[in-house]
Amino acid sequence: MGQITLQGVTKRFGEVEVIPPLDLTIEDGEFVVFVGPSGCGKSTLLRLIAGLEDVSAGDILIDGKNATDASPARRGLAMVFQSYALYPHMSVRKNIAFPLKMAGVSKPEQDRRIEAAAKALNLTSYLDRRPGQLSGGQRQRVAIGRAIVREPSAFLFDEPLSNLDAALRVGMRLEISELHNRLKTTMIYVTHDQVEAMTMADKIVVLQAGRIEQVGSPLDLYLRPKNVFVAGFIGSPRMNLFSGAAAAEYGAMTIGVRPEHIRISGQGGKWKGRVGVSEHLGSDSFFYVEDTGLAETITVRADGEVTLHHGDTVWLTPDEGKIHRFDTNGDRI
Amino acid sequence: MARAVSRNTKIGWTIAAWAVALLIFFPILYTIITSLKSEQEAIAGFDLIPSFTLESYQTVQSQNNYWRPFTNSVILAVGSTLLALIVAIPAAWAMAFSPTKRTKDILMWMLSTKMMPAVAVLVPIYLIFLRTGLMDTRIGLTVLLMMINLPIVVWMLYTYFREIPGEILEAARMDGATLRDEILYVLTPMAIPGIASTLLLNIILAWNEAFWTIQLTTTNAAPLSAFIASFSSPQGLFWAKLSAASVMAIAPILVLGWFSQKQLVRGLTFGAVK
Ligand SMILES: Nc1ncnc2c1ncn2[C@@H]1O[C@H](COP(=O)(O)OP(=O)(O)O)[C@@H](O)[C@H]1O
Ligand SMILES: [Mg+2]
Repeated sequence: MGQITLQGVTKRFGEVEVIPPLDLTIEDGEFVVFVGPSGCGKSTLLRLIAGLEDVSAGDILIDGKNATDASPARRGLAMVFQSYALYPHMSVRKNIAFPLKMAGVSKPEQDRRIEAAAKALNLTSYLDRRPGQLSGGQRQRVAIGRAIVREPSAFLFDEPLSNLDAALRVGMRLEISELHNRLKTTMIYVTHDQVEAMTMADKIVVLQAGRIEQVGSPLDLYLRPKNVFVAGFIGSPRMNLFSGAAAAEYGAMTIGVRPEHIRISGQGGKWKGRVGVSEHLGSDSFFYVEDTGLAETITVRADGEVTLHHGDTVWLTPDEGKIHRFDTNGDRI
Repeated sequence: MARAVSRNTKIGWTIAAWAVALLIFFPILYTIITSLKSEQEAIAGFDLIPSFTLESYQTVQSQNNYWRPFTNSVILAVGSTLLALIVAIPAAWAMAFSPTKRTKDILMWMLSTKMMPAVAVLVPIYLIFLRTGLMDTRIGLTVLLMMINLPIVVWMLYTYFREIPGEILEAARMDGATLRDEILYVLTPMAIPGIASTLLLNIILAWNEAFWTIQLTTTNAAPLSAFIASFSSPQGLFWAKLSAASVMAIAPILVLGWFSQKQLVRGLTFGAVK
């Protein structure tokens, strides 16, 4: 079991309120991603749940029991750190065994669980090495191994992939998702990368300055962003946002159109502009259109075969049904 | 980035490096050479080939028993170092793991005491030693040497402890370690290399300390530094014997240094070399 409830959880460092009172429920077995820009308080929130920081106010319930004052060890949660935080003086085997040793698990049972974890994570041939002799990806797997052997009620990940190179990152992302499918244990995953959030999460929590901007499934956030911040943060490339006359036409302060919901044409359309930079990925092409009078540039996603040249005059037409409208407070209309 | 260095430049630098190293080592080398000469050879003038006689060593040993100052040196160096570690480990620990606003100031203040010339406090300390009967005692000198080297010991340990990443301690806490487990299984093994380097370096510093040991001892507690000094004043002209005494005084520490080179380099560079 691993249901986690935050009730009015608040964190202050001295005078600075990093997390204003916050409520959130994470259901058992869910894969929840906290996403937000750097410095918005994601790590702090995770560390409050872990018990590595004390809350300034509010309560943390784990499986309905108040765990606010429980030590990290007694919460039954496991954490994977960005720096891996392996014990450098212990072999991989000893690293993975450490939580079992602390829990007083018998030696044969320890060995059984270590073998199983090592097999699942492709670490069997590295068990007798030191962390210093492993690559970044292997170290990350050891850190995950150390977390899974103790069979925690929830896993906490703090940007676990940010020290890996791009190719490894995609591979590890899949491994973690598979791990979740297999174990069905609650996972809370912190990242500043919205692509990681979109691809892995059952539920995304978008944070800004310690406040929750929106909670929802990846598709929810993509289709119905609650405000301008979420609209701009979720989706890659970013949603085009503009205000002024173009927005007023739709009875809104600000409107947003995703690059994939704009048609580009050389013949005619709603907004006129000039092609600036274009990126051809094969499957898709991205055009950055300038001089539209609406915004600095408008990003348009088109079919891979579309070829336009720098300086070409083009016409843009938004898909009327997919325009997002926001009021003066930035909230969705 | 690798820079292209011509062969000649490389040879030039190698020769220069050897020249500087030899220049620095030469006084020690010449002391060893002189110690293997007879007194007549020693005063005869500059000569790199001794007659390899051991007579100076025999005379030094028969006139002045070597083993008593040797024992004192060991007791003072090891004793003061262990005492310093007992005081400095908790101090450095607290400053590295729970620093306050004033931690940096305290560290600077401790270091500043090393900027004052020792002579400045010679009279008060001399008087304290005289009045309390600590003059020429091992215990008095051990405590004094401990206090003299304490700032450096605290600084070194502080630097090492700060290198231990906090996330590893947090990981141990998440893994269910109690404070005792954390200290026993995680902190101590990670801190031991740093403590060992500090211990070695401080033993050498204490061994070579000459100002206080010469001022505050006569015979009972006199270590090897005072042993050399006792040869330089009354018998200043007997260079071979003085050299032999010097070699006997520095030999143990040279051997120790030789065998612990790796630890020492780490110690002297304050952990900058990984
Ligand atoms: N121990 C601390 N003392 C003071 N301020 C802190 C501390 N830890 C984090 N903060 C501040 O809290 C804010 C949120 O930090 P963090 O949770 O690390 O952000 P994120 O993980 O989203 O990048 C930042 O402004 C940071 O400076
Ligand atoms: Mg963070």
